[in-house]
Amino acid sequence: MKNRLKVLRAERDLTQAQLADLLGVSRQTVNAIEKGKFDPSLPLAFKAAKLFGLTIEDVFEDEA
Amino acid sequence: MKTPQSTTTDWKERNANYTKKLAKWTAAWVVTLAIATFGPVFIWQQEAITITAIVINFLVGIGMILANKHHLLSLDELQQKIQLNAMGLSLGVGLISGISYSTLSTTGVINSHAEISHLVIVMSLTYMVGIILGNRKYQ
Repeated sequence: MKNRLKVLRAERDLTQAQLADLLGVSRQTVNAIEKGKFDPSLPLAFKAAKLFGLTIEDVFEDEA
Repeated sequence: MKTPQSTTTDWKERNANYTKKLAKWTAAWVVTLAIATFGPVFIWQQEAITITAIVINFLVGIGMILANKHHLLSLDELQQKIQLNAMGLSLGVGLISGISYSTLSTTGVINSHAEISHLVIVMSLTYMVGIILGNRKYQ
């Protein structure tokens, strides 16, 4: 699954650690999601989208 | 661009608390196991005390399992995935190698008895390798 997390985070001048705190996960998790190594659960994906004031489709995109 | 407001998560604090609790329960289990194992040899000779020590160790073990459950639930979803993968690997390797080891012993291929401690060592090492590999995979 592709995502725009890194771009959205950079636009808001947030570090991975700050975003991790906001999402209630570890920095490792944010890093893994950004690199496309780990697909977040639906609740976490919704939380991320809500945090940026976007819909889930604006942040995450199915590669299939 | 608007910066999101902090949700003031206590996730890290909660995780640290459960990790400390797990460490305490694990230490207590090891200590009660040592008492139950070496007590009858060096301290007392009554069977009733030995049974009591084993029961206490068993009950502390249940506490340790519950602490481990709480610790797992306090992890985030990626950390849980790494932990569960490592546990699954450890269970699989432990089961397969344990059965093979036991069969080698019962069929007389190897002279020594299959010791449960050897299985514990294999499972512990496999679990640690699983954790290391999982963390490297998601770096």
